[in-house]
Amino acid sequence: MAQAASAPGTQALPELASVYWRPRVDEDALRRRGTLWTTVTVAHVVPFVAIAVLIFVLQPLAVAVSLIALAKAWLIPALYAQRGANVVRPKGRLDDEPEHRALGLLGDLVGHEARDLYAETGLVLERGALGVWLVGEAGAVLVRPGRRRIFCYCVRVPADELPSADRTSHLLLALREDEAGFATVANLAFSGARWRLRRRLDRRMRPALAAAAEAAGAS
Amino acid sequence: MSRLVRMDRSGHTTLAEWTAADERSVESAVAAFREELGRGSFAVVPQGEGRAEQVSELPVDADLVVMRRPIAGG
Repeated sequence: MAQAASAPGTQALPELASVYWRPRVDEDALRRRGTLWTTVTVAHVVPFVAIAVLIFVLQPLAVAVSLIALAKAWLIPALYAQRGANVVRPKGRLDDEPEHRALGLLGDLVGHEARDLYAETGLVLERGALGVWLVGEAGAVLVRPGRRRIFCYCVRVPADELPSADRTSHLLLALREDEAGFATVANLAFSGARWRLRRRLDRRMRPALAAAAEAAGAS
Repeated sequence: MSRLVRMDRSGHTTLAEWTAADERSVESAVAAFREELGRGSFAVVPQGEGRAEQVSELPVDADLVVMRRPIAGG
């Protein structure tokens, strides 16, 4: 297995100064955020399901209203998961030549396996201390050890003129510099079960999520 | 030959190349390095899979130094 992305505590990402009010992400913080996301999801789902059941019990003829409540119980968590999937959605591409040059540099930064996976899915797999990362051009997904929970982070280099692979390289280098700092600077878009993200993820990217889950299970 | 590269709209641009034994090439690379830092870039030395070191002075013995821009939460 490759080495973890940045040894903990060795260097701090300079961008942390721009989010000085945020506590640095660590194992405990991730656990708390995960629990909070689960609680919020349950708080969204349970009332709608309860209302659906109650209405049906009180007035079976109002089954349509019950179905609407059930649809909302399904839709709201699905929208959150979609928000998570959106962080790795591909952005616009530039001309072939810059993209090709940027891809060459990215290829120099990663190993053969990660390069092949990037060519197939557009995501770079990077093993870290917090889990296994999938780095895209405007966000990253963290698959936690145990493979069940994922965190989707929205993070980017604010330079739209950069080729896609360069945007990914920016994030990859920052992640390698300071993994916890990277997770602190990034905005958390979604956390939940891996299967919820998988359903919302672009089909082309699903093999990357499977590979990350496999790597997270092995770590 | 060591390289200082900047990621930009062209994919990447090689700003300087140097060898530790050639003082003039090192001076030229240091000047390019400082100019990029002055523009707000950060310098990173890739150290194989999973590792990268941020530097504030040009590491003359590094094979590759990459200038990156700051990232931000989206």
